[in-house]
Amino acid sequence: MTTTDTPVVPAPPPVVSGDDGGTGHLEELRRDPLGLMARTRAECGDAGRFRLADQEVVLLTGPEANEAFFRAPDEDLDQAAAYPFMTPIFGEGVVFDAPPERRKEMLHNQALRDRFMRGHAETIAAEVERMVAGWDDDGEIDLLDWFAELTIYTSSACLIGRRFREQLDGRFAALYHDLEKGTDALAYVDPYAPGVESFRRRDEARVGLVALVQEIMDGRAAEERPPSDDRDLLDVLMSIRDDDGTDRFSADEVTGMFISMMFAGHHTTSGTAAWTLIELLRHPEEMAAVQAELDQLFADSSEVSFGALREIPRLEAAIKEALRLHPPLILVLRKATRDLDLAGHAVPEGSLVGASLSVSNRLPEAFPERDAFRPERYLDPRHEDVENPWSWLPFGGGRHRCVGAAFALMQLKAIFCVLLQQWDMGLAQAPDSYQNDHSKMVVQLAQPCAATYRRRDR
Amino acid sequence: MGWRVVVDEDLCQGHSTCEGEAPEVFEVSQQGDLTILVARPADDQRAAVEAAVKYCPTHALSLQEDNT
Repeated sequence: MTTTDTPVVPAPPPVVSGDDGGTGHLEELRRDPLGLMARTRAECGDAGRFRLADQEVVLLTGPEANEAFFRAPDEDLDQAAAYPFMTPIFGEGVVFDAPPERRKEMLHNQALRDRFMRGHAETIAAEVERMVAGWDDDGEIDLLDWFAELTIYTSSACLIGRRFREQLDGRFAALYHDLEKGTDALAYVDPYAPGVESFRRRDEARVGLVALVQEIMDGRAAEERPPSDDRDLLDVLMSIRDDDGTDRFSADEVTGMFISMMFAGHHTTSGTAAWTLIELLRHPEEMAAVQAELDQLFADSSEVSFGALREIPRLEAAIKEALRLHPPLILVLRKATRDLDLAGHAVPEGSLVGASLSVSNRLPEAFPERDAFRPERYLDPRHEDVENPWSWLPFGGGRHRCVGAAFALMQLKAIFCVLLQQWDMGLAQAPDSYQNDHSKMVVQLAQPCAATYRRRDR
Repeated sequence: MGWRVVVDEDLCQGHSTCEGEAPEVFEVSQQGDLTILVARPADDQRAAVEAAVKYCPTHALSLQEDNT
């Protein structure tokens, strides 16, 4: 080997089968994204390509490629350009995500900070109590609707403020759900394509949300300002004025900000809560262990707001395993700003680059019995999440790793501390009938997804 | 046998959990930047540093033993 060798330029990754000659793999992505991504790994290995109309996608899987993906700086892999389906939801001008430096600052200064967690746990426990207050001694709920509504209340209360949450009702959750359903991958061709029903409903829902926020803002403008301790983020935003004395933010802009603040933590937490419950109900021995753990933890009648911050190993392991098997985000994307070499794989400028969390979370090398619900894999001495940091990726990784991960885990713990202590839940359908709907980029539980509840005898 | 704390800058997001666990060893600024105050902490800090490593939400910290 000499120093005069020309640098080896890696060949572009192979293309996966199934290009339909029209929009490429777009229809398959809309129909069966898990199948497409698993086949890409099976046929192409750590890096394979597929096509969404004119957009080439390089899909990376496996720990080495994942690490290169998640460590790449924003200058190389741009996140903002990779999610065209979010622009009509947030509104033009609302940033998808702040750059890592700014994120650090935000994280440090705002509601997700460590020291706010106790208060958030109290808020979340109270919201669950309110939701179950209307329950009879036994009955049935729809898991998608129920957890989606609950997490609208918890995320608005924790991130925007209790005053705003008190001004919301089921209408906000229903409209928000239509926004989430407006994330069809057809947006890679045209996010405003005419004749697409889910896009039409998405745009109507956004108009409806702006109207609800406008109503709340008008009401507040007509009232006296509350004492400073009671003010929430909306009060703060409404108090900001331009130099000429007019309001800085319109209801449309405020709504865009609130939608984007709540988006990352809503369908993700809602879906994970539902799947944790479904998996525990499919595995009664695990449910019994978790309920026994909670009974012991709260035997001294301590507060949920305190208990939810403590270690609850069996419950945490069940949540982590639900996240591994049913990650709320199955594919995270970036856009290559120049020709790149990622872990030896050539990525041409302008390509989308994807990391598949659903594939990585089930790599057989990292996770024995990869398709089975085995919470014990997170307990001593296995700790398969920590042992496989670039395979266990429900929250992504690197600088763009979910900043709400700690909040999300605390929230899920608080929800189940209340729910499982007071209620015996049950499956109202065949255990294998619960499935995700993958027809949109935002994954949701497919309906029907009913569960039963019965007040616990204790 | 000494030991030291190492931070992976690509992973740190400035959550400041480490500062809560071991304030004599870690400091996180208002901008979210982590400074390791003592690269080779005294042994009586070891339990606190191990907790910081364990509870770091992004697993950005590790404790390395000297191989001598």
